[in-house]
Amino acid sequence: MIRQLFRFKGGIHPPQHKDRSTRSPIQAAWLPKQLILPLHQHIGESGEPIVAVGDHVLKGQKIARASGYVSASVHASSSGTITAIEELPIPHPSGLSASCIVIDTDGEDRWIEHGPEDIPYTEMDVSHLRNLIRTSGIVGLGGAGFPSSIKLNPAGSKIDTLILNGVECEPYITCDDMLMRERPENIIAGAKIMRHALNARQCLIAIEDNKPEAYTAMIEACKDEDIEVVQVPTLYPQGSEKQLIKVLTGKECPSNGLPFQIGIVVHNVGTAAAVHNAINLGEPLISRIVTVTGDGVAEPCNLEVLLGTPMQALLDQCGGLNSDVDRIIMGGPMMGFAMHSTEIPVIKTTNCILAATESNVTAPSDVMPCIRCGACADVCPVDLLPQQLQWYARSKEFERAQEHNLFDCIECGCCAYVCPSNIPLVHYYRYAKTEIWAQEREKEKADIARQRHEFRQSRIEREKAEKAARLAKKKAAVKKPADGEKDDKQAAIQAALDRAKAKKEAQGVEPKNIENMTPAQQKQIDDANARRQQTDTSEQES
Amino acid sequence: MSVLKKTLQITTSPHMSNKASVDKIMLQVALALLPTLLFAVYVFGLVALVTIVAGSVTCLLTEHLLCRVNGKTSSINDGSVLITGLIYSLTLPPGLPLWMVCLGAVIAVALGKLMFGGLGCNLFNPALVGRAFLQAAFPSAMTTWYPAMSVDRFTHLPSSSLAFPFTTPSYDVVSGATPLAAMKFEHLLTDSGSLFLGLSSGSIGETSSLLILAGGLYLIARRRMRWQIPAGIFGAVILLSAITHNIAPEVYPPPTFMLFSGGLMLGAMFMATDPVASPITPRGGFVYGVLIGAMVVVIRLWGGMPEGVMYAILFANAASPYIDRWLQPQPYGHGKT
Repeated sequence: MIRQLFRFKGGIHPPQHKDRSTRSPIQAAWLPKQLILPLHQHIGESGEPIVAVGDHVLKGQKIARASGYVSASVHASSSGTITAIEELPIPHPSGLSASCIVIDTDGEDRWIEHGPEDIPYTEMDVSHLRNLIRTSGIVGLGGAGFPSSIKLNPAGSKIDTLILNGVECEPYITCDDMLMRERPENIIAGAKIMRHALNARQCLIAIEDNKPEAYTAMIEACKDEDIEVVQVPTLYPQGSEKQLIKVLTGKECPSNGLPFQIGIVVHNVGTAAAVHNAINLGEPLISRIVTVTGDGVAEPCNLEVLLGTPMQALLDQCGGLNSDVDRIIMGGPMMGFAMHSTEIPVIKTTNCILAATESNVTAPSDVMPCIRCGACADVCPVDLLPQQLQWYARSKEFERAQEHNLFDCIECGCCAYVCPSNIPLVHYYRYAKTEIWAQEREKEKADIARQRHEFRQSRIEREKAEKAARLAKKKAAVKKPADGEKDDKQAAIQAALDRAKAKKEAQGVEPKNIENMTPAQQKQIDDANARRQQTDTSEQES
Repeated sequence: MSVLKKTLQITTSPHMSNKASVDKIMLQVALALLPTLLFAVYVFGLVALVTIVAGSVTCLLTEHLLCRVNGKTSSINDGSVLITGLIYSLTLPPGLPLWMVCLGAVIAVALGKLMFGGLGCNLFNPALVGRAFLQAAFPSAMTTWYPAMSVDRFTHLPSSSLAFPFTTPSYDVVSGATPLAAMKFEHLLTDSGSLFLGLSSGSIGETSSLLILAGGLYLIARRRMRWQIPAGIFGAVILLSAITHNIAPEVYPPPTFMLFSGGLMLGAMFMATDPVASPITPRGGFVYGVLIGAMVVVIRLWGGMPEGVMYAILFANAASPYIDRWLQPQPYGHGKT
């Protein structure tokens, strides 16, 4: 039976450049002297280190645990000594540093005691199965790095279809291709575990038709399995989860929604193989296949790499960097990001290291004004109006940008790929998204501050009112018995004062004969007055 | 171990492009116009060549000088102003005094394009802005037609072309009415076949529907033009003129005549499709095309002028931002699942 396929709107056909890295089989990467394992290699919260500097760890030993629901643990990818837990450069578009655990390898590559559980996974409680996957540190290996155990927990939704994504639509990348060619049985074993966890009705494996060897290998391996291998016509960005769902099922995953909601779960084929390793062999995620390619390296190939291996080591193994290398990209040329150094470690989401020369990539060139040709809108796989979004981002009309569904943009880069004016469209969308997030955070902060202020105001008001009420009560209690007595006393004092004053006025003590006095007389009076004054003050003081 | 000496480039994704560029697009449009340009020179001779050169060079100079005056780098290298100049020249009647050609070109670029902010910002098709000015300012010169295929066309330049500014040009030879004017004022129907091949009088570039169509098809094949726009225009023109022709065949011309006469073909293929002034989406383009087609029929059949393509396109240009807003595509995941 030939499955009916659907089309998503738009898409492009960039040159593939995949053949150069598929000429030799997957090789094991050399054991590096030092492994740098970032605590954050996935979407979600960073892992929490559970080892200390100086500890000796074995291969496969957990060194950081998941610190929340959306988080993943990290395991030592070889045996050795923890020499540092510090901030080091990690693969990040902005060249940021983050906490990493550094292991100086001892060269023995000695495993911790490990193995599968005693009972087969089919007899396990599904939540236990998920937990095993979770503690194995497995995240989506396609590039996004979302913790896989969460995507195996349908939380009440009925799952109809499990899709294994072997599309690998980005140019240059071939790690999934080679995995499917060489280890199809691992993928299928993992797929069966996932399907069991999800209780999915059917399981599909999607492969683009530019990978005939992988397709044949998977077909061969699926001969006796209830798994359908589907060949899909090559079209970028078909490997994007939502676009692939549309192609295979004709359904659209709702905007802001998850595939769960329409009964579909999509996992990368590499993730399936990792699940197989975790459940059937008891090995946590400590390595992955990385494509090292581009004209910047002498011998492009695929390497099975221990996580935490510095990228320079891989480039060296592939014959070293050529002098004409222009940029080093982690991921593919469409969505990957350029890195500022080669001493950055391979992490769980490193599917490709592209050492690109100027002929492999497009050099930044002069940006021309948008001529509204609409090429971007034609290729947008989400059916947005990219050039409108760009206008709104540029003019900081973020509300309009959101009205035009900015947040549905998957940043696939099709629009910028075809833009005749060389406008860095995706960059504008990232800018607008970041600004909107920042505004929302600000607003949240302001809301919290306002709530606090309002609460404080009401508390002060309340306290004031309470105090006043208390005082009034007290006053009322004190006043009643003492009232009359106090007033009488006061009246008596006032009366006495008045009497004294009246008497004083009646006596009318006025100095007489003060006219025409000699200076001597005047002096005498003054002296007398001064003395009187003095005695008065001294009397007061005593 | 190789030590990296070079500084690595840091750029954001995507790192690849299909290497399309504005000047390449403009070159393709120029290429698509070439048959029409050559045929115009063949039909009208020296006067067509001189008009096209004068119009285009004035457009280029205007843009270059105004950019300099405003302290910007000249933007003539992107080729867009050349296209404006060529299309503008093709809309003019041959034998139009050259000073009018130049004045209109200055208006086209200065008021039609640069005043809005240059490339990509103009609301209206600049070429048509220039032509609309001439139509309003010099209606008689704009409707006096030099005959096609005159014997001495390659050696002789009509004296009207060289008329001194603001004097009444003298015409040595004037052709009869254009097919549209003949239809409008005398109810004489020109044969659609000769219209299609383009040996009748009219504006420099509106003679051969066949060659214009060929150029347009080339652009459509190259995905440089939304086919929905001419499709909408032709659809509306054919439908509406078929209805009116059936009601009163002696008054209203048949659809083939409407399609191949006047500036409809040139307008539909090269002016309405100016990406800057037309809607972005295919659906929007179709609606915009239908709007133009309907207005063309209304103006031609009931208006005071024989031709209506220019005004129809200018009005539709004004409507295109609203068409875009109104006909936004529904993004993935926003419909019913």
